[in-house]
Amino acid sequence: MASAGVTSAAGAAMHLVDYTDPAAIKQVPTRNGFGEGLVEAGRRDERIIAICADLSESTRMEAFKKTFPQRYIEIGVAEQMLVAMAAGLAAAGKIPFIASYAMFNPGRSWEQVRTTMALNESDVKIAGAHAGVSVGPDGATHQAIEDIAIMRVIPKMTVVVPCDSAQTKQATLAVAGRFGPTYLRFARAESAVVTTDQTPFEIGTAQTFRDGDDVAVVACGILVYNALVAAELARKDGIECRVVNNHTIKPMDEAAILAAARDCGTIVSVEEHQVHGGMGSRVAEIVAAHDPVPMEFIGVHDRFGQSGSPPELTEEYGMGVTAILAAIKRAHGRKRAARG
Amino acid sequence: MGLLAPERLTALEEHANDVRQGIIRSLLAAGSGHSGGSLDMADIFAALYFHVLRHDPQRPDWPERDRLLLSCGHIAPVRYSAMAYAGYFPVEELLTLRHFRTRLQGHPERVSLPGLETTSGPLGEGLAQGAGMALAGKLDGAGWRVYVVTSDGEHQCGLHWEAMMTAAKFQLDNLTCIVDRNVIQIDGSTEDVMPLEPLTDKYRAFNWEVFECDGHDIGAFVATVEKAKQVKGKPQVIIAHTVMGKGVSFMEGDYLWHGKPPKQDEADQALRELGAARELIGAQRG
Ligand SMILES: Cc1ncc(C[n+]2csc(CCOP(=O)(O)OP(=O)(O)O)c2C)c(N)n1
Ligand SMILES: [Mg+2]
Repeated sequence: MASAGVTSAAGAAMHLVDYTDPAAIKQVPTRNGFGEGLVEAGRRDERIIAICADLSESTRMEAFKKTFPQRYIEIGVAEQMLVAMAAGLAAAGKIPFIASYAMFNPGRSWEQVRTTMALNESDVKIAGAHAGVSVGPDGATHQAIEDIAIMRVIPKMTVVVPCDSAQTKQATLAVAGRFGPTYLRFARAESAVVTTDQTPFEIGTAQTFRDGDDVAVVACGILVYNALVAAELARKDGIECRVVNNHTIKPMDEAAILAAARDCGTIVSVEEHQVHGGMGSRVAEIVAAHDPVPMEFIGVHDRFGQSGSPPELTEEYGMGVTAILAAIKRAHGRKRAARG
Repeated sequence: MGLLAPERLTALEEHANDVRQGIIRSLLAAGSGHSGGSLDMADIFAALYFHVLRHDPQRPDWPERDRLLLSCGHIAPVRYSAMAYAGYFPVEELLTLRHFRTRLQGHPERVSLPGLETTSGPLGEGLAQGAGMALAGKLDGAGWRVYVVTSDGEHQCGLHWEAMMTAAKFQLDNLTCIVDRNVIQIDGSTEDVMPLEPLTDKYRAFNWEVFECDGHDIGAFVATVEKAKQVKGKPQVIIAHTVMGKGVSFMEGDYLWHGKPPKQDEADQALRELGAARELIGAQRG
């Protein structure tokens, strides 16, 4: 877990894995971190129960089911029931974690989420698995790329998108220990683990993973790794990027976003989601209201997903390292142009 | 069942065997996908595409065609395989299943491949769309019928029951729902996950005409469809009792095959078994 090779003081302070060394990088699906975190959360608080909609293995609720069979509820293919019943359990003193694919919960169950979870102020935690096009061969019907938008628009909702499996475990524990309706988003495919147990994590506090003040790259989810790799490549062109792991979409760390805008003068947002309405849109809302700077948006541009391997789709939708690097250069150029 | 001549039944069973082989080959090439439900609906899809449906593979948008909706989109391989053998597209294209840029998306997409009536995969949405089509057909006085293939697991979705009420309200006798009653879903038996029984009573209570049959007896299935078509003033359901993974010994009845493709050696064995079974088709009828 040595952080020696990490090229910035920020990376060392965050106890990151040396992400510049491909051999140091482990590939683990973020959903695994959820599975581990949920068991640990269940040990810490016996009010925690898990409810699943016929997907216990692929959402990784299975470990909780084995460890706490009495506190595991199988509800079948019924995502609206999943949410509304959880709200009832929460009203009676339980802390339910509810799991399905993000496409179906909160995708299918959105109005139940809004009314019975948020408006009701129920302490229900949604685990949205299989978010993003990195779901792969299942295709568009199963690739949730609108879920951040529909969740961040709901008042009182907390929305968390951790960057790797280690952080998903931390986030699961943090969410479990904090009151309020919450959406935790994670992915299916294996992805790079850049954080460690020592990496601090707090809901609502963005993390600077790399220092720099030429361009700010504000990323969330499994693409944070691509953002870091692109930032190292940009250095060869004399561009020092600040990379911010913006894991909490709501409430977003406005201070960190405004500092990035002020110090760097331009922002590239990176997310595995529609650029319309997602994390980057929220960043744009913040800077437009206070301190407008040019922005580039990495994400899916108003298209549906499709079948393919996760790497093929990441490239096809312009979210690979090359595309991020190009956006960094464009952002840098626009900043200079803006300054005349 | 007396409806089908023996040669015709033999031909349909051979088609079902082809469809199963196509499923195995395409899932092997895909490296992911749903074997169990696809295989268990092969007999019914062969019967539909090669006997029941009024359709024209050369004219997938023929306005007078019967509409076949696959509500449980995860068993797309059975539909793709049946369509390929029926002449909608070349059989070799089955090997592109789930690949990047394929027309054979992991879950069926209407705008991707001509001949699919709806996009599906998210469960429980087929019957509602089928009811919409059937109602449109009624309003137009059309002669075509609507068939909706559903899984048993998706009977846990609320929308399916909303559609059941609606179809009965509008007396959609041009609508037939076919249920793949394999008693299996991802997390185990449907009766453990969220019990569906007594399913026939539930349909009856919702004012549907209910039929049951062995989903692997093509003659019985075809005869049941003929009876369903005679029903006036009510939608009909055919609860087809099936065995997950039917036709491949090591998959039969095992819920773990819901969402797995065969590996190379498993596919080899499956194809050997299907090849051997093909030799025996029609033999017992002499
Ligand atoms: C709305 C929705 N929720 C969850 C899923 C994930 N899923 C795919 S198939 C399935 C259930 C499988 O059972 P069944 O439908 O009976 O199919 P079988 O295993 O018999 O092929 C589930 C939960 C989905 N496709 N749609
Ligand atoms: Mg089933």
